Amino acid sequence: MIRRVLAVAVKELLQLRRDWRTTFALVAMPVVLLLIYGFALSFDVRDIRLAVVDQSRTRASREVIQAFLQSGYFVRVADLDEPRPLDRLFDRGTAQAALVIPADFGADVAGRRQTTLQFVLDGSDSQTASTVLGYARQIVGSAAAALYDVELKPPVVARPLVWYNPDLSSSLFLVPGLVAFILMVTSVIATALAVVREKERGTLESLRATPLIAIELLVGKTAPYLLLASAAAAGSLTLAWALFDVPVHGSIVWLGLVTVLFLAGGLGWGMFLSSLAESQQVAFQLGLLSSMLPTLLLSGFIFPISSMPRALQVISHIVPARYFISALREIVLKGVGPEVWWNDALALVAFGAVVLVLATVRTVRSL
Amino acid sequence: MRTLLNILVKELLQLGRDPRILPILFIAPVIQLTILGYAATTDVRRVELAVCDLDRTAASRDLVRRFTDSSYFRLVANLDEQRSIDRWLDSGRARIALTIPAGHAADRAAGRSAEVQLVADGSDAMAGTLGLSYAQGVLEQVAGTNGLRLPVDLRPKVLYNPDLVSRNFMVPAVLAMILMIMTMMLTSMALVRETELGTMEQLLVTPLSPGAIIVGKLVPYALVGTVEILTAMPVVLFWFRVPLRGSLAVLALLTMPFMLCTLGLGLLVSTLSRTQQQAMMISTFVFMLPQIYLSGFVFPIQNMPRAFQVVTYAVPLRYYVEVLRGVFLKGVGLEVLWPQGLAMLGLGLAILTLARIRFRQRIG
Repeated sequence: MIRRVLAVAVKELLQLRRDWRTTFALVAMPVVLLLIYGFALSFDVRDIRLAVVDQSRTRASREVIQAFLQSGYFVRVADLDEPRPLDRLFDRGTAQAALVIPADFGADVAGRRQTTLQFVLDGSDSQTASTVLGYARQIVGSAAAALYDVELKPPVVARPLVWYNPDLSSSLFLVPGLVAFILMVTSVIATALAVVREKERGTLESLRATPLIAIELLVGKTAPYLLLASAAAAGSLTLAWALFDVPVHGSIVWLGLVTVLFLAGGLGWGMFLSSLAESQQVAFQLGLLSSMLPTLLLSGFIFPISSMPRALQVISHIVPARYFISALREIVLKGVGPEVWWNDALALVAFGAVVLVLATVRTVRSL
Repeated sequence: MRTLLNILVKELLQLGRDPRILPILFIAPVIQLTILGYAATTDVRRVELAVCDLDRTAASRDLVRRFTDSSYFRLVANLDEQRSIDRWLDSGRARIALTIPAGHAADRAAGRSAEVQLVADGSDAMAGTLGLSYAQGVLEQVAGTNGLRLPVDLRPKVLYNPDLVSRNFMVPAVLAMILMIMTMMLTSMALVRETELGTMEQLLVTPLSPGAIIVGKLVPYALVGTVEILTAMPVVLFWFRVPLRGSLAVLALLTMPFMLCTLGLGLLVSTLSRTQQQAMMISTFVFMLPQIYLSGFVFPIQNMPRAFQVVTYAVPLRYYVEVLRGVFLKGVGLEVLWPQGLAMLGLGLAILTLARIRFRQRIG
């Protein structure tokens, strides 16, 4: 049994070596994609385009404006005397936030009276808008304390602590998801083409004449790809660590184990598709659609699953990347062990087993 | 002109005979839009909150109630000791933990600021950031009811999307993406299929000029794109209830240069590939993914490194997403959106020229 599996694996490896382009694409593609998109993906809001309407023109108003500009989050794009041109600035997207300081602001501060500032913001991008508003509140809070020279004593103050990702940098959260996305797409496509290619060339017929049984053929054909995909995964994760500062707080061994489980599932899915399809083209289309869209949308990579409607949440349970991303974040960012992510790992094993059985059943029929 | 019409009629007939065309035209965009529209939301609702109340007084319970009453938090655990927080955050069952130390009521009664601790899970940066800022809001409310106000009151006014619903922002962009994928893929696949079948050769030996062939091939897919938009629009407006503040005419007008770009890209892809598989590979990895990631569809362009921001100017989808969001949410017209229109027109012409040169080379 083992000998026959090995024989198939060696044959596949030899073939891959001759087709060095595919091999190279398999290993290099994930790294290249990560390199390109890793930089583009970010929810960290910066360079907020701020229009300033200073109707007060006093020392106090200038101090508030300075507080905004020195915070590092805002850049001033317009300096106006009255709020009317704001409409146009917002419509054109030249400004995405505006600070409107009323005429009596300076007098109010001097007289130590209660006063107001208006903060207009473009809400189209709700996520960015909430973040911007949070920054503005903080800045005004501390600027007010300084202007009125009072020490505020709110009844309850919070001492915020952020675990796992103290700077709340979104790339630490997104890059692991991106790694999963890329690995899923490349591994499914790699094997989706493997069996079909033999079908198209008619060499599957000659395999049928050998004493191989379906499962030996499948395992033998998958093994070399698992090797390649693991190399690609190791490359991507190293890049994530070296370039995007994604730490690995947990154990490398566990990380490797979960990654291999995930890759095996992806490759197995590709094998299953390969047994369904009659041509490389159909296999490729099936592989691309079934790996890319669900992993992009329903894995929690970008969009939080908990905010989706119930039906989509249920569907997301059959997306293997969902479990891998969750386990990946837990291992690299939180540094926790299997006691926390065992159910994710179990789900990956289950997915792998199911697709292996499906692929075997299908292949038996076609052999 | 007559020959052009002939080839148009031929293409339409051929397209009409394809059994897959009806589902592609009417069902695919609706399904895609519905699933994408629901899945693509960045709203963080009801952050999972674990509470560790070590004070156990009326005051501390009142504070906890403030958190749970605000629709931003969902209480998942009431812990007895602070050590348990580790477990809840580690496992991801809680995203934020509030600890109220013993002596909370006493501090407040004595008029001192009572300190509480908030621990946020940063591994989900979005939920963490929003959770902390929601919590800050709750504490400000507490201060407000105790008669304490900041001397400077910041009054926010949110334009275009006052309830900050991410769906209003995402769904129009999803529409743009679907239109791009459908027109680009269909065009490139159809053209490559002709090359594969060898029927392209037959067309080339007719007295038609390559330009006429190209136009004749692209116009049917422009119609397909138009039908897609028309089928998808009711879903956007009546199902997702995205407000349409601008004019549909402006939208229709600015859709044309965008389709010029996507159809041109389809043609370009077809000249770069020999098989449908290659066409799909190239259009996905070389054109589609970059457009999705670099158009500001999900990830705001302003957050990208400078170099990437420059690259986005060459992405047609970027302009069309701006157009859609502008027309839907801001209600602006051509007076604001003309640069986007011009940019798409320029890009479209450039792409078509490039594709035509490649097409000629292919024939030669």
